[in-house]
Amino acid sequence: MSNLIEKQRSILDFTLSSLMRRKAKNISLFLVYSLVVFVLGSAMFFTQAMKREASLILKEAPEMVIQRLLCGRYEPVPLDYLERIKNIRGVISADYRLWGYYYDPAAGSNYTLMVPRNNPPARGKIVIGNGIARNRMLYREDILSFRGYNGINHNFEVDDILSSESELVSADLMLISEEDFRDFFGLSPAAATDIVATVRNQKELITIANKISELLPDTRPVIRDEMIRTYDSVFDWRGGILIVLISMAMLSFVIFAWEKASGLSAEERREIGILKAIGWETSDVIAVKTYEGAIISFFSFCTGLLLAYGHVFFTSAFLFAPALKGWSVIYPDFRITPYIDPYQVVVLFLLTVVPYTAATVVPSWRSAIIDPDSVMRL
Amino acid sequence: MIRLLDVRKGFNLAKPNEYIAVSGVTLTIEANRVTVFKGPSGSGKTTLLSLIGCMTRPTSGRIELMDNLPLINGILRDNGETNRLEVTSLPERFLTEIRRRLFGFIFQQFNLIKGITVLENIMLPSYPLGRKHGFVTERAHALIDTFGLGARASAKVEWLSGGEAQRVAIARALMNDPPVIIADEPTAHLDSKLSVEFMEIISGLKNQGKTIIIASHDPLVFEAGMIDRIINVRDGMLYGSGT
Repeated sequence: MSNLIEKQRSILDFTLSSLMRRKAKNISLFLVYSLVVFVLGSAMFFTQAMKREASLILKEAPEMVIQRLLCGRYEPVPLDYLERIKNIRGVISADYRLWGYYYDPAAGSNYTLMVPRNNPPARGKIVIGNGIARNRMLYREDILSFRGYNGINHNFEVDDILSSESELVSADLMLISEEDFRDFFGLSPAAATDIVATVRNQKELITIANKISELLPDTRPVIRDEMIRTYDSVFDWRGGILIVLISMAMLSFVIFAWEKASGLSAEERREIGILKAIGWETSDVIAVKTYEGAIISFFSFCTGLLLAYGHVFFTSAFLFAPALKGWSVIYPDFRITPYIDPYQVVVLFLLTVVPYTAATVVPSWRSAIIDPDSVMRL
Repeated sequence: MIRLLDVRKGFNLAKPNEYIAVSGVTLTIEANRVTVFKGPSGSGKTTLLSLIGCMTRPTSGRIELMDNLPLINGILRDNGETNRLEVTSLPERFLTEIRRRLFGFIFQQFNLIKGITVLENIMLPSYPLGRKHGFVTERAHALIDTFGLGARASAKVEWLSGGEAQRVAIARALMNDPPVIIADEPTAHLDSKLSVEFMEIISGLKNQGKTIIIASHDPLVFEAGMIDRIINVRDGMLYGSGT
């Protein structure tokens, strides 16, 4: 047993000196490898953290939202639906919501306009998200002018700016009074954007949704779990696009690694021949090459992962944010809460370390099985 | 004693470039003697050394080892042998073990590993044996002192002169204290003075009881006083005192 440990120790010693001998090759491998892990790791951490962030926010979302459809498209809901929904057994409360989108040509951005249920701003006043304030350089008491549905300009005085804590959802948000909302969009006083409902028993959510669909066939009840799933798939899709692009980088890396790691130089082949001639076994030579691959892989993986962690959670993924956050041109500016999914880290490890180590070992094995007498003819 | 029985070695068999390097060699090499294979380039000397040193297998024929067998007790036991071992049919791992324990090789080009120190190069053959690091270092330093390389122990081998590199190669061959030393054209890259020095070292090894087998066409080697036997090789066959 102690022989085996001494042997592995000696082989490891030789491996380290081998790595030091080929500094330029190994450093370039380390840098490219770390870069690939960094890019993949950043996409992974970012997507996961965003999904988690969105699901945390959605926990506060209403249990059920009821929308009206016309020709399969969204349509404002008549307010008389509200009473009919309230009368369904199991529904504790129901309320209407007023919200919509506005495209601001001056900033080239889409905003979300909303009437808050509690403490709405006074008429003529507006509360804006941090992103809008930043984008249009607005402060309290500044005047914002928007063109309404009928072409008439509406002026709003900035009453407050939303805090940055909730910026993921509030960057492009504007809060106004109900009267201003209806005037601005030309929405009838007898209609609302949608209806939100709460139920007594969570297990009955689907049953109640079905009852609403039967009672009001032109409506579509959306329950919170469905919203969470939609958000998940949206972020998965965004992450997926990035991962497709990154896969190309990954493929280039594999080719690079194969070329660098597998293309044993004449010098390396000669060394393998010498080692075999002086009594090293094929397995000893493979052990050296495996250790070499594993050491480079491991350190590059750790470095790439640490850099990705810093990039995503300390700099809020400044390199990827425009591609992955929101769909508006107003990008939220907030610190992502660190969250790591161990399963994904393991997958990333297997996708990088294993192929690289294999790329190192296979050609070494092919060189190591040659007859040692070839070294006599060098 | 090492015995070769009708040994033949061919390369690229059944191909247009087929080449027979050793043809029907029968030979006995006595222990504790210095034997020299003498012959021109391409005569088959190096192939003979490779066959004797278990670096390659013959195409046909048998090679038997009869001395120092306790060093490879495990292999003997596995093969049910006691006083001799036929090596040509052994699997690669056994050949490696025999090479490691019984033979020390000195190559024509020295074949030292560049980028690592003299000390590390000398220690290399002992790594697969799993000996204690302290013991290995001590033995390597003793060899370094024996060959007057003390000041160069931590120098990289590419910085050495031809004579120094040759001595490192000899020290490496002796690292596992093998009973047989095989040297292929050991003086090919040395001037006359260094060649004489090399032969003095060989003389010392002979006095220690080592079996020395050298392939050379250098008169300084085969005319040296300590040579016990010269075997002429030409076209893969032995002439003169071949058997």
